[in-house]
Amino acid sequence: MAKVIIKLENDISTDDIYPGRFMATVLPTETPQYAFFDRTDFNAQLKAKAFPPNSIIVGGENFGCGSSREQACSTLKGHEVAIVAKSISRIFLQNSINLGLQVVICPGIEASEGDELDITPDHVVNKTTGKTFDQVKLPAARKGIMDAGGLIPYTRARLMARG
Amino acid sequence: MGMTVVEKILARAAGLPSVQVGDVVEPSVDLAMSHENAALVINQYLEVFSGTGQAPKVWDPSRIAIIFDHRVPAESPKTATNHKKIREFVTANGITKFHDVRGDVGGICHQVLPEYGYVRPGFVVVGTDSHTTSHGALGAFSFGVGATEMASAWALGIAVNIEVPATIKVVVKGKFAPMVGPKDLILHLIGQLTAQGANFKVLEFHGETIRNMSTSGRLAICNMSVEAGATSGIVPGDEETVRYLREEAGVTDAITCVQPDADATYVRTVEIDVSALDPQIACPHMVDNVKPIDQVIGTKVQQIVIGSCTNGRLDDLADAAAILRGKKVAEGTRMLVFPASSKIFGQALDRGYIHDLMKAGAVVMNSGCGPCLGVHEGALGDGETALSTTNRNFKGRMGNPTGFVYLCSPVVAAASAITGVITDPRKGA
Repeated sequence: MAKVIIKLENDISTDDIYPGRFMATVLPTETPQYAFFDRTDFNAQLKAKAFPPNSIIVGGENFGCGSSREQACSTLKGHEVAIVAKSISRIFLQNSINLGLQVVICPGIEASEGDELDITPDHVVNKTTGKTFDQVKLPAARKGIMDAGGLIPYTRARLMARG
Repeated sequence: MGMTVVEKILARAAGLPSVQVGDVVEPSVDLAMSHENAALVINQYLEVFSGTGQAPKVWDPSRIAIIFDHRVPAESPKTATNHKKIREFVTANGITKFHDVRGDVGGICHQVLPEYGYVRPGFVVVGTDSHTTSHGALGAFSFGVGATEMASAWALGIAVNIEVPATIKVVVKGKFAPMVGPKDLILHLIGQLTAQGANFKVLEFHGETIRNMSTSGRLAICNMSVEAGATSGIVPGDEETVRYLREEAGVTDAITCVQPDADATYVRTVEIDVSALDPQIACPHMVDNVKPIDQVIGTKVQQIVIGSCTNGRLDDLADAAAILRGKKVAEGTRMLVFPASSKIFGQALDRGYIHDLMKAGAVVMNSGCGPCLGVHEGALGDGETALSTTNRNFKGRMGNPTGFVYLCSPVVAAASAITGVITDPRKGA
């Protein structure tokens, strides 16, 4: 079980998650400082490690739309948060799976900041309101990558298999 | 069962007789494009090989393209060092499709690739840039990926675990009215579909309007297909595709265009008649917040931008120059022009467009992405408004989260530069 640390609107772009002016910073070890940089208070809380690991960001429709910048995923992965959103933009979803950022598609999700959510294999349970919401399972094509722990170990295994 | 263009391309590239929506395939990659974010790709690529006992080796250096465009010339020591690291990698790996910061062969990746004939109909193209959808204009299946996915492609030569996407058929008919064109069509379509209306889907463009459209216009509509969430936009290759590749890109080898089967299955068909279409404007802060121009006329703008992978091509500059010739950019408004490539810059110089634009007061910058992604060369001041021919208007996009960005066609941008307010080019400035 984990707490919702922020509830965001629809169409959260990767520019919002990781502004373009920090794109020269690429290493996953360095990107976390710029997460949601222009949401000054939230950025400060993230940097101050105000939230325990696995805390949840709730998004609306089309979370992660826009640029393919992978920094938008590595910056969130660095803060060990999970994303629960009504729908997720294709490239952001793929990048999340590739990097092992936990993302959950939950079209009916109703949750407010401070609510406690339980993410089960098929559902998201809002313990605060007592409501249960269905998850949309991630595309089957991604399973191999998730099972390997991300695209780097997956590709490494494929390379090794080729010899 | 019949196949769409993308299904045919994926079947060929995966070595299968046919594929259908939802199949998981691993197509070979015909072209893998990166820009400055190759710095991250290199990092992830070396990570892939670490601990394997194998020396890092790219699968085929001739199929990798790297173009510097996002921050050129470098705006910071950090970017300059990234450029340096990428140059060293390019040299060490024998990558020939490399376009450095140069005034002869440089430019924005989504113009350089078509211009040099790197993309052909039927290709599978991956790029570490969401606007890689652009290259569907040449009949390729071309889509954006993250840096780690590119690292995987560099190592393996395939795109791993690709789910065959469903296709939306977009049929466009009618003739554009004067001062209305491809940019207005794609803005209108995004407004209709919404910013996620085509998520995980392909937009396949058909109809007389598309057939009569130049490759430049097709690049603009495929470029912005991603703003409706699309995996890719695609125009099946035709006479215009072959003409462009032969005459403008200098391609001499065989070109094979891929057509959809007559009985291909589409998840949805959208029909648009452009004959009555007005100039369209995407208003802050979402690309699907699209309105006909008369709803925003008179909005004051401090910065006009003409350029980008959407609308920085020769016809765009010609249209802008024709409107600004002998006129002046309004006091209190600044106008920035970014030709999409050095080649286009040179052509615009030869034809006098650059002269016309500069005489009017525009600042003509080097080819590159410019202020579109908010890094340098034209940030907005607090609360300022830009009217731009670029493709995104998210909050903060032009470098300032308190700024406002409106998106439009080159003729609307040019007419508005003269008045300092959003102006209908049909009514004159």
